[in-house]
Amino acid sequence: MPDLLIELFSEEIPARMQAKAAEDLKKRVTDGLVDAGLTYAHAGAYSTPRRLALQVEGLLAESPNTREERKGPKVGAPEKAIEGFLRSTGLTMDDLEIRDDKKGQVYFAVIEKTGRPAAEIVAHVLSDVIRNFPWPKSMRWGSGSLRWVRPLHSILCILSDEEGSQVVPMEIDGIAAGNTTEGHRFMSTGSIAVTGFDDYAAKLKRANVILDAEERAEAIWHDATNMAFAAGLEVVDDKGLLAEVAGLVEWPVVLMGEIAEDFLGLPPEVLQTSMKEHQKFFSVRDPKSGKIVRFITVANRETADNGATILAGNQKVLFARLSDAKFFWENDLRVAKSDLSRWTDKLSNVTFHNKLGSQKARIERIAALAVKLASVVGADADLVAKAAEVAKADLSSEMIYEFPELQGLMGRYYAEAAGLPREVAAACEEHYSPLGPSDDVPTAPVSVAVALADKLDTLTGFWAIDEKPTGSKDPFALRRAALGVIRLVLTNDLRLNLDHFFDAQLLRHEIEVTDSEETELLNEMLTEVAQHGVFGSAVRAIIERLDGDAPEWIAKLKDHEPDVAENLLSFFHDRLKVYLRDQGVRHDVIDACLAMPGSDDLTLLVKRATALSDFLKTDDGENLLQGFKRANNILSQAEEKDGVSYEFGADPKFAEDATEKALFEALETAKGAISSAIEAEDFAAAMGGMAALRGPIDAFFESVQVNTDNEIVRRNRLNMLHTIRETCSQVADLSRVEG
Amino acid sequence: MAAPQDKPRSFQEIILRLQNYWASKGCAVLQPYDMEVGAGTFHPATTLRALGSKSWAAAYVQPSRRPTDGRYGENPNRLQHYYQYQVLIKPSPPDLQALYLGSLEAIGIDMDLHDIRFVEDDWESPTLGAWGLGWEVWCDGMEVSQFTYFQQVGGHDCKPVSGELTYGLERLAMYVLGVDHVMDMPYNSPEAPIQLSYGDVFRQTEAEYSRHNFDAASTEMLFRHFEDAEAECEEILSHPAEDPKTGKTIIMAHPAYDQCIKASHLFNLLDARGVISVTERQAYIGRVRALAKKCADAFVQTEAGGWQA
Repeated sequence: MPDLLIELFSEEIPARMQAKAAEDLKKRVTDGLVDAGLTYAHAGAYSTPRRLALQVEGLLAESPNTREERKGPKVGAPEKAIEGFLRSTGLTMDDLEIRDDKKGQVYFAVIEKTGRPAAEIVAHVLSDVIRNFPWPKSMRWGSGSLRWVRPLHSILCILSDEEGSQVVPMEIDGIAAGNTTEGHRFMSTGSIAVTGFDDYAAKLKRANVILDAEERAEAIWHDATNMAFAAGLEVVDDKGLLAEVAGLVEWPVVLMGEIAEDFLGLPPEVLQTSMKEHQKFFSVRDPKSGKIVRFITVANRETADNGATILAGNQKVLFARLSDAKFFWENDLRVAKSDLSRWTDKLSNVTFHNKLGSQKARIERIAALAVKLASVVGADADLVAKAAEVAKADLSSEMIYEFPELQGLMGRYYAEAAGLPREVAAACEEHYSPLGPSDDVPTAPVSVAVALADKLDTLTGFWAIDEKPTGSKDPFALRRAALGVIRLVLTNDLRLNLDHFFDAQLLRHEIEVTDSEETELLNEMLTEVAQHGVFGSAVRAIIERLDGDAPEWIAKLKDHEPDVAENLLSFFHDRLKVYLRDQGVRHDVIDACLAMPGSDDLTLLVKRATALSDFLKTDDGENLLQGFKRANNILSQAEEKDGVSYEFGADPKFAEDATEKALFEALETAKGAISSAIEAEDFAAAMGGMAALRGPIDAFFESVQVNTDNEIVRRNRLNMLHTIRETCSQVADLSRVEG
Repeated sequence: MAAPQDKPRSFQEIILRLQNYWASKGCAVLQPYDMEVGAGTFHPATTLRALGSKSWAAAYVQPSRRPTDGRYGENPNRLQHYYQYQVLIKPSPPDLQALYLGSLEAIGIDMDLHDIRFVEDDWESPTLGAWGLGWEVWCDGMEVSQFTYFQQVGGHDCKPVSGELTYGLERLAMYVLGVDHVMDMPYNSPEAPIQLSYGDVFRQTEAEYSRHNFDAASTEMLFRHFEDAEAECEEILSHPAEDPKTGKTIIMAHPAYDQCIKASHLFNLLDARGVISVTERQAYIGRVRALAKKCADAFVQTEAGGWQA
């Protein structure tokens, strides 16, 4: 059984594409071989900056012979049908056999394929793979028409077995396959002929190329950590950078250098980001002070001076880079210390979104909303106002222009430099959080208020201009923003009617005022909306008070349609379902709770859902649910049949049966217990109260026929079923629970 | 290994060595284009000659202007006027990387001591409607050149593909000469009777142009000239191909392209003056790109552009 070795040797492949390209090569070639009947034992893929390699072991020497019989149209069938059959089988009329079938004479095609040698199949498959390779971006070069990620120089393709190795004859765009490769660009010369994978890997290593990216990464990490350890320091872990650097070198040589004293005062995040983004350096930390004091760079070669020239060059480049960073930092600190409003004012020239105005306008909206949220989260309103005002000031700083990924973090440094309270500084950094599902959720009240306002403003804004996420498209990360709000509310146990805040902020997006008196009026109105909703009596009262000389925009308030806020709320409910499902709460349980009033109070909603979910996992819960459903079904059928609703309350004096009387009593007792539990929002206790009904309900149905001939007794029993329905529906609409 | 006396000692020596090197490799050594451009790519010897089927090999220095990068001559690395060295070879030869590395050796970079890397960097010029794939070349972590295989220019596929090399001369020279501030770099030989530093030549102009570009350039005039250049470009291209005087087919692609270059530089000046908003910016770039495309369309219909009637 022969082994196959393929190497595609090119100019430098972007580091970020190498690993996927090696896997694509493996998958496509092996799939192609298997499709052609060539099975194999094992395959492995490798990449370096200049090559993709594939090793396939234990390949069949040739594909097996195959014979396939296919039944075609009847003899005498329309010509078109016969033509189609010939086309699909690739045969001519003479090749077809005529056989007797149940319905008469039928054409049969017998397609026999003789096996082909591996070399022929490999040549065919590899040409096809190279021509259709899924590079994220590919190019042409010279006068050729072939596309590859960068110019492809040579193809090594050999099959080897005990007898020796053979080049697979093939040619693509003037490149003929051979059995040679090249070593390191600078540390090796000439071409290298190989006979198989082991020979290839060993000869490459002698020519200063480590074929396996994993092995290069391990070597880099091993040397880097040892070098740092010897100096009493530690390397800052960065898996992404390690993988990238391993894709930039064929022969890694780790060098450690100093960071000039001048720069040690920069925030560590700035040092780290600057070194990583621009220079692909690892940061080296002093474990005692936590400060970053050195860097590690990975060269692609050994030199006679042990890397002294390379290190000096890198150090010099770093010096220039950090001089820039220091220049930004010092300029920024100067602005921060004198007047942060210079930065926020500048944001009036920065567009957030062309339909949603400037960053400055956005900040003002966020601040207005954040202040309304202050009491909900228990934060000092003045601190919240200040925090919202400066939270995005750093977007104008020189540092953020250079390193956008440091937004928020620099904001905290600059707010501290401006002498602002630490709660305000913390909010500058934390108000972007939580960013992802595993990101920490802020808990400091000021940070929470601004974080909520930021996200709610974004969501209502995009809802107001009808730019909602659709399918997989969510360019403004609105799903993430909604999940952020959900996690902020739940983690901090916040009680608020989201609906009211939606309406208030939607109106703020819709209404533009410039006049200061009107601004004040708008603020007053929107505060009312946020507290009591857009249809609250206070809002109506103000509108009436203004009667006549009300500004034009009042009409928008009057005519405000709840649709948009409702749509946004249902978007939140969808996100919440996904979130709770991940925590093991079933979707029907959530639906049952969503049917209850106050579903825009997420904390309350989740309390209900958790209590119900837990309850349904118990036997009591499951049985009560069955009892409820039975009662509900009988009642619903009767209601439909009779066209009346039985909600007048049952009278115990018409109770005939002992179980019926017992149920009356149980219901009376339960009602009291349940309503006080509901009052206290102790839904678990409320469900417990309902569980006490399980026995009496079961016994009742056991011995009593609801639909008796006695109309009075029947009506009384239906009224009692109604009481059961009402009693059991106080936590959630159980009729929506499945099972 | 390169001996120490092999090291160049001045800015101009580095330029002279590059000129000699690329001349020895068969490039036509051209002179700078006589207009204000933002980069060597704008020279018609690159932009237009990258189009069409005819072979081409040229190398030249191109003074380049980036008004927003002005720092009054005070920043060690940033200049509003600087030099690029540009090489364009079509079709790109298979050994272009090796040729390029040879040029680094020619200017005194010892391949045995330094760490040269090709790091992914795709090139795109929205104003020229052009893009290509390639790398920035690092020498010991320092970017010393751009290396690009042109795929499209002016909206046309490049067939064959040109290989383009761009060296930022000041930065490269500072590195090779071991100088930390561009103004301190020797311009001519340190043994010349009258020694001149880069600062002696350019400090004055950097300060003057910085002030002019940021604060003094008349925006009203710049806007007007932009409109004029745009209109003139289209006007030139609207003439019929056949010249009524000579009776010959003369498509005026280059004169039209001059106006496109002008519009581009005027836009850069307006940008430095800070009078173009973020949204307008895209619109202006789009207008220059539209001109570049029309010029490219015209060039591929000329004989130099490979047109065969």
